[in-house]
Amino acid sequence: MSDTTAAPDMLSWSCPAPLRDRPRVVMGHGGGGALSAELVEQVVLPGLGGAAPAALTDSAVVELGGARLAFSTDSFVVRPLFFPGGSIGDLAVNGTVNDLAMSGARAAYLSCALILEEGVEIDTVGRVAEALGRAARAAGVRVVTGDTKVVEAGHGDGVYVNTSGVGVVPAGVDLRPQRVVPGDVVLVSGDIGVHGVAVMSRRENLRFEVEVVSDCAPLGGLVEAMLSVTPDLHVLRDPTRGGLAASLNEIAVASGCGVVVRERAVPVPPPVAGACAMLGLDPLYVANEGKLVAFVPREHADAVLAAMRAHPLGSGAAVIGEAVAEHPGTVVARTGLGGTRVVDLPMGEQLPRIC
Amino acid sequence: MKYIDEFQDPELAGRLLDDIRASVTRPWALMEVCGGQTHSIIRHGIDQLLPDEVELIHGPGCPVCVTPLEVIDKALAIASRPEVVFCSFGDMLRVPGTGRDLFQVRGEGGDVRVVYSPLDALRIARENPDREVVFFGIGFETTAPPNAMTVHQARRLGIRNFSLLVSHVRVPPAIEAIMQSPDCRVQGFLAAGHVCSVMGTREYPALAERYGVPIVVTGFEPLDVLEGVRRTVRQLERGEHTVDNAYPRAVRAEGNPAARAMLDDVFEVADRAWRGIGVIPDSGWRLSERYRDYDAEHRFQVGDIATLEPAECRSGEVLQGLLKPHECEAFGTTCTPRTPLGATMVSSEGACAAYYLYRRLELPAAAPAAADREASSVV
Amino acid sequence: MCLAVPGRVLGVEERDGTRMATVDFGGVVKEVCLEYLPDLEVGEYAIVHVGFALQRLDEESARRTLELFENLGMLQEEFGDPWEQAAQTGGDDLAREVRR
Repeated sequence: MSDTTAAPDMLSWSCPAPLRDRPRVVMGHGGGGALSAELVEQVVLPGLGGAAPAALTDSAVVELGGARLAFSTDSFVVRPLFFPGGSIGDLAVNGTVNDLAMSGARAAYLSCALILEEGVEIDTVGRVAEALGRAARAAGVRVVTGDTKVVEAGHGDGVYVNTSGVGVVPAGVDLRPQRVVPGDVVLVSGDIGVHGVAVMSRRENLRFEVEVVSDCAPLGGLVEAMLSVTPDLHVLRDPTRGGLAASLNEIAVASGCGVVVRERAVPVPPPVAGACAMLGLDPLYVANEGKLVAFVPREHADAVLAAMRAHPLGSGAAVIGEAVAEHPGTVVARTGLGGTRVVDLPMGEQLPRIC
Repeated sequence: MKYIDEFQDPELAGRLLDDIRASVTRPWALMEVCGGQTHSIIRHGIDQLLPDEVELIHGPGCPVCVTPLEVIDKALAIASRPEVVFCSFGDMLRVPGTGRDLFQVRGEGGDVRVVYSPLDALRIARENPDREVVFFGIGFETTAPPNAMTVHQARRLGIRNFSLLVSHVRVPPAIEAIMQSPDCRVQGFLAAGHVCSVMGTREYPALAERYGVPIVVTGFEPLDVLEGVRRTVRQLERGEHTVDNAYPRAVRAEGNPAARAMLDDVFEVADRAWRGIGVIPDSGWRLSERYRDYDAEHRFQVGDIATLEPAECRSGEVLQGLLKPHECEAFGTTCTPRTPLGATMVSSEGACAAYYLYRRLELPAAAPAAADREASSVV
Repeated sequence: MCLAVPGRVLGVEERDGTRMATVDFGGVVKEVCLEYLPDLEVGEYAIVHVGFALQRLDEESARRTLELFENLGMLQEEFGDPWEQAAQTGGDDLAREVRR
């Protein structure tokens, strides 16, 4: 309102662009979207100097002593620490177990490092440890080494957890987005968006009641069931941060294929649809912790789908789309009305919108 | 969800589209005023399904985007103060001011919190009596009543550590400004349904009459948008220009009288700047004299922050349909969805971003409906 | 400007002198302020924006609108233009006229 005499200029309407070049880390850098990828590509990898391209993916497959090992690490910073259906302990075990499973490996050993904030209740640490143990037993993985550090009060959200894990990749299994070819069928193992909505429902200032609990679960068994149909699956991903949209975009870019998703075929449970409608979010971008998306050769699709549905963690599995030769690197959704929209890589964290 | 799913029915959408196709005989340019409608149009691919004759121009109805740079800079200054808890709707955090945004302030140690409702900010104020809690009061007529009620409650409950940074805008003066623009191509308006849920429809007949444009109050689900288009096209084909309500389940002629009374009490009409557009007379609200104590601009003395808008991109011309996105020199070179210069490239529903993405598909934006039928029979 | 969604009132209560409701959005339950629709009752639907009920959702009107859409093609063939008939009675009564 610096100049109230100027006539409104409807012709030069312009609207704000989000900042890209930032001198400091913002939350979006951890959102699993475009900002995360840029931070790794432009800052971390050059610093590491010649790291393998696999450093960009959730788990690496390495040869060691004649064995093919899947190797993965992940840090867990979730607020609140305990949420409907799980806790940071469950996430820390299942997150790494699932990253290994996406390489086709059954997790064998885990490391576990705790970073505790001064002042956090011992009871809380105990409950996190119990959850870690329970989840490890359920996933059939052993925690064999660990570490504990304490940071000053105000320098952490109570408890942070890091886990790393190794597992053996079975012979003949080679899961990489580069193997995706046009015609591959895209399957998802069940309802999407459940974990993200369960956690959001407990966030301060967002609070709502919803009858969903996190889908946090170890996917090793489901992956084994799928690989027993054929070792020739092309790629698996667990769509965590950034949701299905982030996983599909990563696969589209790495494979050089286009991806077409039929929106009506994507299983979105009513409470997730309700929460997304209320907060203005798109379920395709909401996090999952016990779901996977698979690109499977067309000739095996029916059998793999049947094997998934026969497993308790895949009972809601569905075909949601396919890889195509057109629009390489781009994910497209066919809307319920028959229109098309581009499902872009999420930029940063998902925020409730009013517009 | 009930009253959402029914209004997304593909078969009924087909009937509405058939009806539109049957009645349209020549090109018409309609503007959907509200950003929420633009979102729905892109999200469901509605623009691709309409006959070529019907052009939808996306209006400046996104409150986040039209909040002037100067107000964002004031927000950044207030949010940076150590005693302040700065609360905002999520959308506002990504909007850049001069050189930084609220995310950056948070990264620098500012206490910036995303809330769902302004009442959440008031609760934070009650729970933290030693902090100054500021709510970023943006929005159109839909959002103004909740913010007004929150200030009213703060005063009633004697909560002194709460204030509002106000940047409220009103739709009718914007429609007026668009129609007065010399090269205006807009021939009919889809008015914003939820604005009218509050304000009713009384402000519109004078506009329809003065500028000879049909104004159809329109909802947000796909069938609502199609019905708004259908009724607008009908009027245009007949040479009519009246105000019509295509969203009667949520809009009454009188609006919500209680909400309007609260607006009159808490706010007063004032000139407002719109980002990239400039000042539009009487196009917004500020806190009334009775509530001036709750004005964050006064409390934190940021009134002297004055920022001039940089005129970098031509999105204003794109918005009015005067320029196709790819005709802009910056399109696809210095301006992409990754490095956007203006609003129309920032949000995925912006005209430039949509154009960019569809070019990547090597498909004309209007064609994919047919491709869909092939694809869906394959898998 | 306008992300507002329809929700169904599950319960109403007075808190700190403010009328509040629990509202169900397809399985998601949230606290909503009823100060602008104080006579809204349990079981009714309202349009909710940022935690405030702003307008009662008229279920009869919703039903009539859908009925109009369903009859679009057919009525035109059998009885002429439904819109024309309806226009004579005014917007809100549009579908009621069509139904006759």
